[in-house]
Amino acid sequence: MIEFLQGYEDYFGDWVWEMGLASLGTIQIMFASFGLACAIGMVVALVRMARIRALNLLAKLYIGFFRGVPVLVILFWIYFALPEMGYDFLVISSYTAAVLGLGIHGGAFLAEVFRSGIESLHKGQMEAALSVGMTPAKAMTHIILPQAIRVVLPPIANYAVGLLKETALCSIIAAPELMLRAKDLASSSFLPMQAFVLSAIFYYVMSFPMMRAVEYLEVRMGTGQRMA
Amino acid sequence: MKPLLRIVDLHKSFGTLEVLTGISIEVAKGEKLSIIGPSGSGKTTLLRCINYLEKPTSGHIYIDDELIGEKKADGKYVRLSDRELAKERAEIGFVFQRFNLFPHLTALDNVGVAPRRVLGLEKRDAEEHAMAMLEKVGLAHKAEEFPERLSGGQQQRVAIARVLAMQPKLMLFDEATSALDPELIGEVLKVIRELADEGRTMLMVTHEIHFAEEISDRVIFMDGGNIVEEGPPTEMFSNPAHERTRLFLRQILDR
Amino acid sequence: MPDFWIKLWEWSPKILSTLLNATAMTVMVTLGALVVALVLGLVVVLMRISPLKVLRYPALAYTDVMRGTPALVQLFIIYFGLSDLGLEFDPISAAIVGLGMNGAAYVGEVYRAGIEAIHKGQVEAALALGMSPARAMRYIILPQALRLMLPPLCNYAILLVKDTAIISTIAAPEIMFEARRMVQATFMYAISGQIYLFCAVFYLALTLPLSQVAKRLEKARERWR
Repeated sequence: MIEFLQGYEDYFGDWVWEMGLASLGTIQIMFASFGLACAIGMVVALVRMARIRALNLLAKLYIGFFRGVPVLVILFWIYFALPEMGYDFLVISSYTAAVLGLGIHGGAFLAEVFRSGIESLHKGQMEAALSVGMTPAKAMTHIILPQAIRVVLPPIANYAVGLLKETALCSIIAAPELMLRAKDLASSSFLPMQAFVLSAIFYYVMSFPMMRAVEYLEVRMGTGQRMA
Repeated sequence: MKPLLRIVDLHKSFGTLEVLTGISIEVAKGEKLSIIGPSGSGKTTLLRCINYLEKPTSGHIYIDDELIGEKKADGKYVRLSDRELAKERAEIGFVFQRFNLFPHLTALDNVGVAPRRVLGLEKRDAEEHAMAMLEKVGLAHKAEEFPERLSGGQQQRVAIARVLAMQPKLMLFDEATSALDPELIGEVLKVIRELADEGRTMLMVTHEIHFAEEISDRVIFMDGGNIVEEGPPTEMFSNPAHERTRLFLRQILDR
Repeated sequence: MPDFWIKLWEWSPKILSTLLNATAMTVMVTLGALVVALVLGLVVVLMRISPLKVLRYPALAYTDVMRGTPALVQLFIIYFGLSDLGLEFDPISAAIVGLGMNGAAYVGEVYRAGIEAIHKGQVEAALALGMSPARAMRYIILPQALRLMLPPLCNYAILLVKDTAIISTIAAPEIMFEARRMVQATFMYAISGQIYLFCAVFYLALTLPLSQVAKRLEKARERWR
């Protein structure tokens, strides 16, 4: 234990500074991809519930594909494969690739969250809204969606925590975030244990408030102990 | 005097199960009609077909001689658009067994949301109107409460106010008191009685036999998707013509 | 353009066989980590619901830390970090231990939700009959909770399959690693996109059946309730 802590002697100050900066990159990627995933998720969810069979199927395929494939495959594809196959004009920065990859992948997940949130509402709500003369569109806007938002808030918050952790994968495509910096520092100092443990602490500090927010939301929304 | 509601040979099947096997009814304006019968007889399905929450398999429904849920185009019957259907539904009031109040809105907003969003009333006018409806059902003092803080009886009365706010031509009650604790049933029946006295046209699916006898002009007994018997309440209840009606009444009154 | 179709056709057998082998490795790691997670998760949850603080707090801390830090970091700590302290892991063992320990936190929470979902009245009835808490747990709670837990556990298995992709970073011979190695070794850059698509297909081959199973379990659970 002592030996472990001794390893930090020469590096602690520098490392905290560098990792702190890199964490900003992590947060940036997280927010950007979160926004993208929410946008995609909402659109896909609505398409998924549309009455036109073709659109419905398209949404189902999108959701099914991206939920069954690891996000790393998507990241590889966007960052490595596209340029390698000669689509040079599509050379995008690792940051962009990270945001796109995480966003497109997350959109499929969130689409399911949105859809099940909307469908979890008692059928009677839609019927009551229709019965007083609302069109399905009006019913959605004023009755269903306001309630659905309350229901989906905890799983979305949960997703955000997972997203933060997923940014670490973007180090594999050299995106400017914490894990990449940790790897650099670990290899340049030959102290992998110390470097990675410190990065773990940074990650934990970032996710701690979010995890507590998730717990608060789950209690507030009355979902309490959910079956994961 | 032409009837307000006319149902012509209504059939409804869910998959292979035929729930309504050819129902034809006429209801005059201002008439109060009660529908009784064992569970599974199709009473609720019938009501839900009238405001097109269920799409009939065949048959037609007319309110004030206007087709409900469909229109005639080039000699064929064609489905209505969402907007047209919504307009028709706005003139029919439906009171659900489980109230179906909107939990995220106060009582006042529950009553006012349709006048505002469907009829296009301004917020102030909608609220005034909603308040008047709540007063009518005796719940003006609960206007700012959310449904979860109201008793079952109060929730159902708010639901009735919500329906009244749209000034419907026809009111449908789907077992309005079946989900209530016994001591709360009275307050809801009181409101329904007042509405009846105002001369409204009402169709009620109910198990409250004594109440039905008291306020109905006509009673229909359904069983197995069919109308078995119909007639004025006094005759139906004291001297039913059919054996099945007799059996049902005996079961339900002998509790 | 047509050039790469030819290349694709030529190389298909090699691509498919390489990926197939790699998939076997993925499955192996998944199963290994799953076992670790299921067993360790049980320990975690029993500690977590214990009335003794000395057991409860460490379990709480473990769960929170595992769920608050990326699996990749945990994996690196185990594979690269522990070698400093003399604990050498080969990539596959590190993968199984790393993913398993990470999963134990998640699985522990699934167990906990299942146990707490069983109506308190059941526990009281069991105790009133004279069962000790341990007996009540074994004969009344766990059997019922197990049925509730199957869908989320199945979902965890799906997540685990996808998580195995990260072990490519420590050179474990699974799908992503083998794919990338193949592309670089044989200069198949022109069709790397297609190769990764094949990878996706192999993953789907594993996760789609599991999703079907999860859906069936979910339906069965609804009926049982």
